[in-house]
Amino acid sequence: MNKSLMWRMILVAAVVVTALIIFLPSLPDVRGSLPTWWPGNKINLGLDLQGGMHLIYQVESDKAVESFTGRLAGSISNEAADKKIALAGVKQTSPTTIEADIQNPADMDKLLSIASDLGVLDKISQEGNKVVFALKNAEVERIKKNAVTQAVETIRNRIDQFGVAEPVIVQQGTDQILIQLPGVKDTQRALDLIGKTAQLEFKMLDETTQLTPPLPDSIPASDADSVLAQYKDKIPAGDEILFQRIVDHSTGAISKRPYLVKKDAIMTGDVLQEARMGISPRTKEAEVDFKLDPTGARIFDQATAANVGKRMAIILDNNVYSAPVIRERISGGSGSISGNFTEAEAKDLAIVLRAGALPAPLKPLQNLTVGPTLGSDSIQAGKKAIILGTLLVVIFMAVYYGLSGVIADFAVILNVIVLIGALALLNATLTLPGLAGILLTIGMGVDSNVLIFERIREELRTGKTVRAAIDGGYNKAFTTVLDSHVTTLITAAVLFQFGTGPIKGFAVSLSLGIMINLFTALVGTKVVFDLWTSRKKLEKLSI
Amino acid sequence: MELIKKTNIDFLGLRKIAFGISLVLSSLGIICLVMIALGRANMGIDFVGGASANLVFAKPVQLEKARAALDAAGFRDAEIQSFTDKTKLFVRVKKLNVPVEQVIGRIQAAFTNAFPGNPSRVDSSSAIGPTIGKSLQTTALWAIILSFAGIIIYIWFRFEWKFGIAATVATLHDVLAVLGVFFILHKEITLLVVTALLTLAGYSLTDTVVVFDRIRENLKMRQKEGLMDIINLSINEVLSRTVVTSLTVFLAVLSLFIFGGQVLHDFAFAMLCGVVVGTYSSVFVASPILYVWRGKKGSRLIKVSMLTKQPAREGAKSLAAAPAGLTASQSTVKKTAMSEAGQPVAELNTSASDQSASAQPSRKGKSAKGKKGKKARAKA
Repeated sequence: MNKSLMWRMILVAAVVVTALIIFLPSLPDVRGSLPTWWPGNKINLGLDLQGGMHLIYQVESDKAVESFTGRLAGSISNEAADKKIALAGVKQTSPTTIEADIQNPADMDKLLSIASDLGVLDKISQEGNKVVFALKNAEVERIKKNAVTQAVETIRNRIDQFGVAEPVIVQQGTDQILIQLPGVKDTQRALDLIGKTAQLEFKMLDETTQLTPPLPDSIPASDADSVLAQYKDKIPAGDEILFQRIVDHSTGAISKRPYLVKKDAIMTGDVLQEARMGISPRTKEAEVDFKLDPTGARIFDQATAANVGKRMAIILDNNVYSAPVIRERISGGSGSISGNFTEAEAKDLAIVLRAGALPAPLKPLQNLTVGPTLGSDSIQAGKKAIILGTLLVVIFMAVYYGLSGVIADFAVILNVIVLIGALALLNATLTLPGLAGILLTIGMGVDSNVLIFERIREELRTGKTVRAAIDGGYNKAFTTVLDSHVTTLITAAVLFQFGTGPIKGFAVSLSLGIMINLFTALVGTKVVFDLWTSRKKLEKLSI
Repeated sequence: MELIKKTNIDFLGLRKIAFGISLVLSSLGIICLVMIALGRANMGIDFVGGASANLVFAKPVQLEKARAALDAAGFRDAEIQSFTDKTKLFVRVKKLNVPVEQVIGRIQAAFTNAFPGNPSRVDSSSAIGPTIGKSLQTTALWAIILSFAGIIIYIWFRFEWKFGIAATVATLHDVLAVLGVFFILHKEITLLVVTALLTLAGYSLTDTVVVFDRIRENLKMRQKEGLMDIINLSINEVLSRTVVTSLTVFLAVLSLFIFGGQVLHDFAFAMLCGVVVGTYSSVFVASPILYVWRGKKGSRLIKVSMLTKQPAREGAKSLAAAPAGLTASQSTVKKTAMSEAGQPVAELNTSASDQSASAQPSRKGKSAKGKKGKKARAKA
């Protein structure tokens, strides 16, 4: 036996062993008897085969309208300041109404034109220096509708990135979202991931206002409301009190620390370009490292330059995560959020920050376990068809190409074992159509060998010896097999890059199947042929 | 065993009939696409949404029977799931042109008929949106367009740009033809059918590349012959593998079609059509396009660079991959050359070395040529 053959045999043997190791956990009968240290995952079964979590959320789209109106009130007061209108006050009086008060009646026309320029406000009453605007009804409807569709998109993004394949995420009724997730092991983590609003804000601390008595450093978590009530009338108009949650690692006790911050955020999470889990070099704790987009970087640069020596709070869903002192101007637009995270928490937080904030909070309505969409008869029929199809292909190959066909059959079975193992490792979800896709992999997988065998036959017809015909057949079919596989691989790669949900899953199994097939068909079967012909000189090849 | 022996069919001669058939098939597909764009095609629940309902029964219900009941009432693709206690069902049905309340009413009526002794009440019901919403559809469409572009570029790089266009047109033709069939039969286009279309696009491409590969090879080896003969010869040469590769997939899909049950039925049907059309198109669409589009005299279908590079590289690879076979194949080459020596030299390949040119064998021996030249040099 020559050296090249030996190395190739070792390679093929290694692949077979690895494949079996990662494949075995997916066999339900074997899984129980495997030791706990056994690597690899069990392959997830889809909603159609196994069912899963069934969640219904209500999008509190009123809140989206409310915060939109709030932002409008903000821009009215900014515009008014620009145009030198002396305002006695602008405030939001209900989710859809804004009340503005001016000091000089002569400014009324200017104020009205500012409001009408915004294009979404109706004047509903005017009395002396006071005018009340309301959000147009059409606008309210539009915001609510958008909030729900955007929430669906955001949740899909989060679930995609979390790695649950083949979920169902649909809008139900006007403001509900139905989510079904197959095979989720840590349900609480999934709930947190979906339900978190993930509104990230950067706000300056108000360090000039001296409150009497000063804010306490730390309070028991339950006292938060009473602290808010105590200071309600003492804090300046543009400020608010937010809390930081502090967990004592030794006792597990939770306390809160209040901060007085400016209501106006310097920037929000939508300027985030990238967020990922990192480890703080200083504390060795998990943190979320983020990078801002160009707009965000510019705002951050200016804000830090103007506020050196002051403190800025990083706030997520109205909780202060940290309030570091700005030591110097920060250009470049990257930073990190720390806050006693575990690695899983930091990872999930990075996902939700990347996927973007929900436009409105979600209220969970239902959390149930749901059965498979397919009845056991459909599943049985599917299984039967797949087994039968496999047999048909395998038998056909053996009949048509004799012993060579049997070699191709082994290759294609190896192909399937590696494919399922790899899918399990990647946390893919197998649905009944996915299983049918694996059957297609078998039908198409033997095709590489068909191309090679036909070429070998062609070579044999020219009068070559068995050995030469095999070598010739493999060499010349190589370009054909490669070209045909690469074209399909391109399709799969593009679909993977741009597709989401089911299309992405399809692309994953397609590209995996092709790459594995290239190996089993070109290297795997060749080794067997070489072994076969190296022992004795074959006069005739069973092909 | 051999299904197809040596053939000599004039495939290109049939191109006008073939183009006629393909035109009809693709037009149907295009009509179907227009209907989809207008929102008038028969799309599945994944694309159009529908209605959902929670039903509570007095006694546990069997999923199979519930499905049969809805099937009988005309809700063909209803999705039914039971909750942990089998008395509660979650039902999703496709959008109909009537208000949700009426749809839910009909669902309940169907259950009342099917389970007379097991009354049900509707716990909650509402309209549901599509799983594959507009934005998802747009991204998917872009992905498909980009993947076609990628294929054209790759085939351009490996063959020549006309091959790339021809292969893409043939692939598009297959997808359109299957869509057309679904349109005529008024079959529902579900997410699964779309997946099948994507799969068959990849499959049809593979089939086409096999034929193109041989055309490329023959173009290199038989530069004196007419394009029509070369293409016809190439198709005939690879006909048996085209048929066998299709047959293996066909067998697998046929089993799904017959025994796979309702869920896989349409998927399998799309694939069955796709395999047939894909095989047809690689022979009757992709290759004739190359011929019809051959361009003016003097323009080539093959890159000049390949004429010189290809054989040498092939030889080098064979040497590296199989040193063990060296002596054996050498003797074969000699034997082949000898047995065919004296036959008229059909054509001279510019790329071949002197040694191989002197013993230029006929078509059968062409494969040995590049290798031999290299080996002869290696020996020297």
